[in-house]
Amino acid sequence: MTTGISKRIQRIQFALLSPDEIRKMSQVRVITADTYNDDGYPIERGLMDLHMGVIEPGLKCATCGGRVDECPGHFGSIELAMPVVHVGFIKEIKMFLDASCRACGRIKLTDEQIEQFKKRLSQMDFSSQDPEVIGLMTKRITDEASARMVCPHCGVQQSKIYLDKPTTFREEQIKVTPKEIRERLEKIPEDDLIFFGMNKSVARPEWMVLTVLPVPPINVRPSITLDTGERSEDDLTHKLVDIIRISQRLRESRDNGSPQLIIEDLWDLLQFHVTTYFDNQTAGIPPARHRSGRALKTLVQRLKGKDGRFRSNLSGKRVNFSARTVISPEPFLSINEVGVPEKAARELTVPVSVTPFNLDFVRGLVAKGPAPRDDSDHYTAGVNYIIRPDGRRIKITDQNSEENSKKVEPGWIVERQLSEGDIVLFNRQPSLHRMSMMAHTVRILGGQTFRFNLAVCTPYNADFDGDEMNLHVIQKEEARAEARIIMKVKEQIMSPRFGGPIIGGIHDHVTAMFLLTHNNPLFTENQTLHILSYIDLERHPIPEIVNGAKMFRGRDIFSSILPRGLNMQFRSKLCKGAKNGVCEYENDPKDTNVTIADGNLETGTVDEEAIGPFSGQIIDKIFRKFGSEEASRFVDRMTRLSVGLISLYGFSTGIRDYDIPENAVKRIEEISVEAVEKIDRLIENYREGLLESLPGRSIEETLEIQILGITGEVRDESGKIASSFLGLNIPAVIMARSGARAKMLNISEVAGMVGQQSVRGGRINRGYYKRTLPHFRLDDIGAPARGFVKSSYKSGLNPVEYFFHSIGGREGLVDIAVRTSRSGYMQRRLINAFEDLKVDETHRVRDTTGSIIQFTYGEDGVDPTRSDRGDTVDVNYLMIDLGKEGKK
Amino acid sequence: MARFNVLKHELVPEHQIVDAKEEEMILRDLNITKELLPKINRNDPSIKALEDIHGPIKSGTIIRIVRKSKTAGVSVYYRVVESGVFK
Repeated sequence: MTTGISKRIQRIQFALLSPDEIRKMSQVRVITADTYNDDGYPIERGLMDLHMGVIEPGLKCATCGGRVDECPGHFGSIELAMPVVHVGFIKEIKMFLDASCRACGRIKLTDEQIEQFKKRLSQMDFSSQDPEVIGLMTKRITDEASARMVCPHCGVQQSKIYLDKPTTFREEQIKVTPKEIRERLEKIPEDDLIFFGMNKSVARPEWMVLTVLPVPPINVRPSITLDTGERSEDDLTHKLVDIIRISQRLRESRDNGSPQLIIEDLWDLLQFHVTTYFDNQTAGIPPARHRSGRALKTLVQRLKGKDGRFRSNLSGKRVNFSARTVISPEPFLSINEVGVPEKAARELTVPVSVTPFNLDFVRGLVAKGPAPRDDSDHYTAGVNYIIRPDGRRIKITDQNSEENSKKVEPGWIVERQLSEGDIVLFNRQPSLHRMSMMAHTVRILGGQTFRFNLAVCTPYNADFDGDEMNLHVIQKEEARAEARIIMKVKEQIMSPRFGGPIIGGIHDHVTAMFLLTHNNPLFTENQTLHILSYIDLERHPIPEIVNGAKMFRGRDIFSSILPRGLNMQFRSKLCKGAKNGVCEYENDPKDTNVTIADGNLETGTVDEEAIGPFSGQIIDKIFRKFGSEEASRFVDRMTRLSVGLISLYGFSTGIRDYDIPENAVKRIEEISVEAVEKIDRLIENYREGLLESLPGRSIEETLEIQILGITGEVRDESGKIASSFLGLNIPAVIMARSGARAKMLNISEVAGMVGQQSVRGGRINRGYYKRTLPHFRLDDIGAPARGFVKSSYKSGLNPVEYFFHSIGGREGLVDIAVRTSRSGYMQRRLINAFEDLKVDETHRVRDTTGSIIQFTYGEDGVDPTRSDRGDTVDVNYLMIDLGKEGKK
Repeated sequence: MARFNVLKHELVPEHQIVDAKEEEMILRDLNITKELLPKINRNDPSIKALEDIHGPIKSGTIIRIVRKSKTAGVSVYYRVVESGVFK
């Protein structure tokens, strides 16, 4: 790799088609406005003339002799009876008319100016100069020329030319016909063209006024045969019919000396048709319509906008062998699987190449037809199509399956329906990171939805409130292999975003693991059997005899899904805030840390920190020590185990969870009253000018900051009071403390006090003149008037509080809406900039031209998925693990 | 007023001029032509700072940038001095 750029666009040249050129490339001069005759055969010299290509099988192109797929199509031409201007060049025509002399055609610049600009232009290198700079230069030149009202060359007085949008020019209240425009443009000398920004070797200004119109090849505007046998022509053909008709009538009227008025009307009509042929959304004229009233889709409409060629066809492509439907959860599937409804599986196919080795198998498959079921009436894969070596597809039906199965030979391709174990890609938009598209193996299920394990919600950012997802069936062996090796869910457990697991237990999984391990509860043999029946058991937990009964410990049950040889120690989420190694939520101080030795959970509570997505310490360490297979197996069994436990336990939350004693309610009320009084005193101080400002703040800002401090304090205080009465026996608290869902803050909002509402980080300060609502006095800046909510959700908010709460809530929604669109666009730009960078064999990052972007990937050569949250190794873990390994 | 030497700022990595002999070696080591290296504008403050010390720097000179990194210790980067605007 020492050579430089392989291919690079050197330059792009823009030119105009000359009438001569149009005639030269035309294979036929179209003179008849008709398409087909009564027998359905193209009319000669009509719009469907065979010289312009063929679209019907069997016919041959009259120009190149090619058949449907061989003939590329050829242009024809229409001679217009009178010239018309080209809408696409209106601005340029105006510029030429403005800046050139109406009599002699020279640019209205003095000889000195011409010399001067010539010099300036000759200094520019047109092939490498930024086109924008050239554009600005010509704009300056033509502006100067347009301003002059007497021609410096012939001395003729000029008059201003007005453009009546879209296509009519007017000079001294008299219309300038396209013919006159053309004549004027013709007079402009070649050597002046450079000043208008036109390249004299490829273009002439008068070519912007059309005298002859190219007719696009037939395969650009194919006609469709409807089921009724009726022919329907393309919109472009319709438009061309109009143009030829009017051109014809105009020619006749002109030749037989019709009144000028009629000729002018027809001329305008021709101009209208040609204009709408190019752009049917030209401002100032009504769009040409189809008989049904639908606006015609002409040339510009084919390219422009969301449904145009660029955005719809070139940037966005549709794909076959894919399916989309609603998603729903299925805890009994592995994280590597996806449940596909039968209906979808019957439509999706995998191509199977027939060889002598699989011939009998494939023939058997084809014989089963397109909708087979096995002996127990379960789904089994059939065949939808077989493809002969010549590429012809044969549709398999119940009737022809037997017969066709005999025809299949090595070299044929059989499109087999999806079956269990096939590997497919599964995707949820927006695809913001690589885990948005992962490979799953197929399980065929009943119903109408795609289903997957809940642990995979996080990477896809999916929930089940109506989300839909896409599924793609891989069609090639190589792609299947790649997907299996690098795209399987288990290979994507580690996120490159933060070097930890992005897959883990959510909601009930966390709750269940918490219930199973917190304070190491005892379970009866029956209960244990129920829980363990959800997983395939390898290591049996050892029972304890308590009061003569066989009992099992929760941590031992959990240990049965841990791999042998796992050693680790970490602080659980529950005990994150523990001081001096003593956790207030654990009965045994030893449980502050989770310790696992040789795959046995010895102390601690398994919660979000251990098995959740993002944090998932246990998942992280299993992945690193035992690999992806073991990690995915752990997640599978952990999620199943939690379903087993929680279905035994029964877990729910209700309004009772937030009951606190009467005196606690009173106490909270008291502190809120105190706070309001404190704020009032603060305001009084401020009014009397006794308030001292904080450094760098105005007095007003200082007041606001102090008030916000007080409101924050009361909220925390009330939260503390409320939660002191809410122990770990309450489901809502279990969820908050274990990290399953919600925070303690949310609970204290329900039970204690909602607290100060804010907009943009400050108290609510908007609405009416000097007050938030008419219920308050002007300039009232006390707590209740600025959005302090002293009620709890449970006790209910008063109307004013409710209103402030809605203001605060709205800000959150607006924030999200703004943030997603902004960050989405930013990410899109980044992705487009980086999309073709590649890491080469020597770990250098290069672009497609081979230029180096980084000398080592990431400048450190570290794969972030394998890094420990950005660090190379976790020394503490290694010490623990190696210490335990050494003892063995 | 003397210009502040940007290279002395703690957030600016070390910039060194690579001499002709070494240049050849580097290019051979990397098995690469000069055009494929990343570029640095000759008006870049760091180049100006180097010029204050070493005198004028020609276009095409290779600059070695040594960055400190938490994960890699040091990471070495090369840039070619180029006049004109970036596109």
